[in-house]
Amino acid sequence: MRKEPYLEQNVAIRMVDITKRFADVVANNKINLEIRFGEILALLGENGSGKTTLMNMLSGIYMQDSGAIYVNGERITIKDPHDAYNLHIGMIHQHFKLVEVLTAAENIILGLNESRLINLKNVREQVKKICERYGFVVDPDKKVYDMSVSEKQTLEIVKVLYRGADILILDEPTAVLTPQETDKLFVVMRNMKADGKSIVIITHKLHEVMEISDRVAVLRKGEYIGDVPTSETDPQKLTNMMVGRSVTLNIDRPDPIDPKESLVVKNLGVKDINGVSKLENVSFTAYTGEILGIAGISGCGQKELLESIAGLHKLEPGSSIMFYPRGNKEEGEDLAGQSPIDIKHKGVHLAFVPEDRLGMGLVGNMNIPDNMMLKCYDQGKSPFTNQKKPRQQAIEIIRDLEVVTPGLRTPIRRLSGGNVQKILVGREIASDPYLLMTAYAVRGLDINTSYTIYRLLNEQKEKGTAVIYVGEDLDVLLELCDRILVLCSGRVSGIVDGRTAKKEEVGLLMTHFKEETA
Amino acid sequence: MNQFISLFQASIVFGTVILFGAVGEILTEKSGNLNLGVPGIMYLGSIASLIGVFYYERYAENPIPIVCILIALVCAIIASMLGGLLFSFMTITLRCNQNVMGLAFNIFAGGFANFYGGSLNKLAGGVGQINVLATSAAFRTKIPSYQSLGPFGHLFLSYGFLVYLAIFLAFAISWFLTRSTVGLNLRSVGENPATADAAGINVTKYKYISTCVGAAISGLGGLYYVMDYMKGTWDSDGSVEGLGWLAVALVIFASWKAPRAIWGSYLFGMLSWAYFYIPGLTRSSQEIFKMLPYIVTVLVLIVVAYQHKPDNQPPNALGLPYFREDR
Repeated sequence: MRKEPYLEQNVAIRMVDITKRFADVVANNKINLEIRFGEILALLGENGSGKTTLMNMLSGIYMQDSGAIYVNGERITIKDPHDAYNLHIGMIHQHFKLVEVLTAAENIILGLNESRLINLKNVREQVKKICERYGFVVDPDKKVYDMSVSEKQTLEIVKVLYRGADILILDEPTAVLTPQETDKLFVVMRNMKADGKSIVIITHKLHEVMEISDRVAVLRKGEYIGDVPTSETDPQKLTNMMVGRSVTLNIDRPDPIDPKESLVVKNLGVKDINGVSKLENVSFTAYTGEILGIAGISGCGQKELLESIAGLHKLEPGSSIMFYPRGNKEEGEDLAGQSPIDIKHKGVHLAFVPEDRLGMGLVGNMNIPDNMMLKCYDQGKSPFTNQKKPRQQAIEIIRDLEVVTPGLRTPIRRLSGGNVQKILVGREIASDPYLLMTAYAVRGLDINTSYTIYRLLNEQKEKGTAVIYVGEDLDVLLELCDRILVLCSGRVSGIVDGRTAKKEEVGLLMTHFKEETA
Repeated sequence: MNQFISLFQASIVFGTVILFGAVGEILTEKSGNLNLGVPGIMYLGSIASLIGVFYYERYAENPIPIVCILIALVCAIIASMLGGLLFSFMTITLRCNQNVMGLAFNIFAGGFANFYGGSLNKLAGGVGQINVLATSAAFRTKIPSYQSLGPFGHLFLSYGFLVYLAIFLAFAISWFLTRSTVGLNLRSVGENPATADAAGINVTKYKYISTCVGAAISGLGGLYYVMDYMKGTWDSDGSVEGLGWLAVALVIFASWKAPRAIWGSYLFGMLSWAYFYIPGLTRSSQEIFKMLPYIVTVLVLIVVAYQHKPDNQPPNALGLPYFREDR
């Protein structure tokens, strides 16, 4: 074993000249990073900047192509996750690594092989100890499929701690949490830090970096840009490091011009296939020239709401969705009970970005022009397709939205998530809708691309389109939207003014009904 | 009463063939590997055991029953494990499509078995001439004096040891999967290989072993078919394949729980033989009754789908290849 000059008092892990390629894409290029004892290090970077890849090399998911890793001054190789556990490194992945049909305790002992037979008694005691020490709540006998997102995340952390991790890596842990849950997580993180553990948090939310971290390391396009103590920096400086040039962090919010009623939803109710109510008594109005935000914990009916308006759900009796194109009262029509095609032809457009991105809206194996054609397949008169228009449209979108693609003929599943999303949103906007609905339009996008999308939405707004924006990031909702409708368990728990509302107020509304029923 | 006893016995003999097939396949599928090659595996198990004991019986003056049994078992297990190994190599290492590979494997193994079955018949003196009497008798040795126990003896004790081995294996596999740590690890591989991998479980190793051991168990179904069901003869009519598919259906019927497969297999047996005991059926109306096991499977699938109970669902990653650096 070679002792290196890297044995320093306070450095737990040092990564030297780490390079990792995927086929011909360089994900990490000669990165040098150190993780110190008892600190919270924020790893900041845009999408595709290689943060997760870099950390996956510490957790044994990937192996570096070149470069060295030193743990406590000793050069080591991490071949697989087992090695990582032996070095007391534990990672909480963005997509939870949990087996749904197993209980919490079973998930915790997975792969440990401590005993021949499953013995959960010890596990329960250990879990209880860990929970008491850091302030968690975990029910060891609960099945994972019965857990909320936040419970699953807690379980992931307990799992890693149970394995004796001293260095915890959290990959975008707050992406799926409400503000209240995030606060709880931060309390736990501070407890762990006080206990001497090192924590790396991967994120692209700047305010969280400022709040929780001691030091920030920034990556950009697979390169290491540098690190700064959090106390000596601010969001603007960090953004410049991340993007590589000056970016204004303010989202424009022009005042609505001449708002008219465009969509009046009354008593909307939807039940799922099992008869469980997904939406109940939802009533609201969307105006032309306005962005109406929709906030809520994921799975609270946002998806069903948009799909109902687009005609994809059977509505409960008594629901009414009055639609006035461009606010024109005379042309008003009830969309309830109409087919999706009819609704689409009236100028109602839905750009839904599902979690797997390609699930709805685009076909992964088809190229960009073919995906454009999906929207106008019923317009042609001859039995042959007209390739010219979709091709033209594809070229325009690639140019206007700066889509990075090897060519028009490339199947879009080969493109990165951000580019796929640009194509989807671009296509919906190109059809000049009267009502544009977007769901999670910036999910997983980096700051730059997100701002492009916000700009596009604002352009639509200024053209007098009614825009409905379902979002996850409350800060963005509060900066972008004129009004915000908050959904909670399929009901409207409040509609607030985006200009005056406070984040805490919205966060509370998001969980309001739950508390009431509990 | 006699009619019932006879139907019951026929059901158990029929059921045992598919029970072996299904128990092996449950073990395989729990690792996320969907081996549709069960019919082929059963073909290999049956023909290999037949070849082995054919030569033994031919050259031994007085075949010893225990040696007959051992030769048949060893041949069946080795042949079906090799089948499982081939399937594993193609689907786990080379990541071929599991469905396509399973179907192709059936075509291969069916041809292989029928070719050698035909050759054996020729060696034995003509079509339908092969008969490994000593081995078949050894496999069908029953518990002595079961008749003295009346109907109980006839119903439950009148079978060769493989019937009880099948039941034992079903419980053993279930115990292994639910109680042992290795079983827990195996289930996690089938549910979510990425999670298992991140937990330090060797996904490839688990998949290989469970597919090969599962194939060995399924292959015993073929052995039982040729030695007991067919009484040591070979018939190239493809009925092994039909039973193999029934075993695949049984896995779904049992919703991946081995103990359920026990009574399920006997139920399938009863449904399959029912036409024989219903008076007044013509040849064509018999065929309708032979569909019953499949109809029941479809009904079970519908019920399970409506229940939405995650515990009754197939392993989450069933049929999907796993590649760690897949992005």
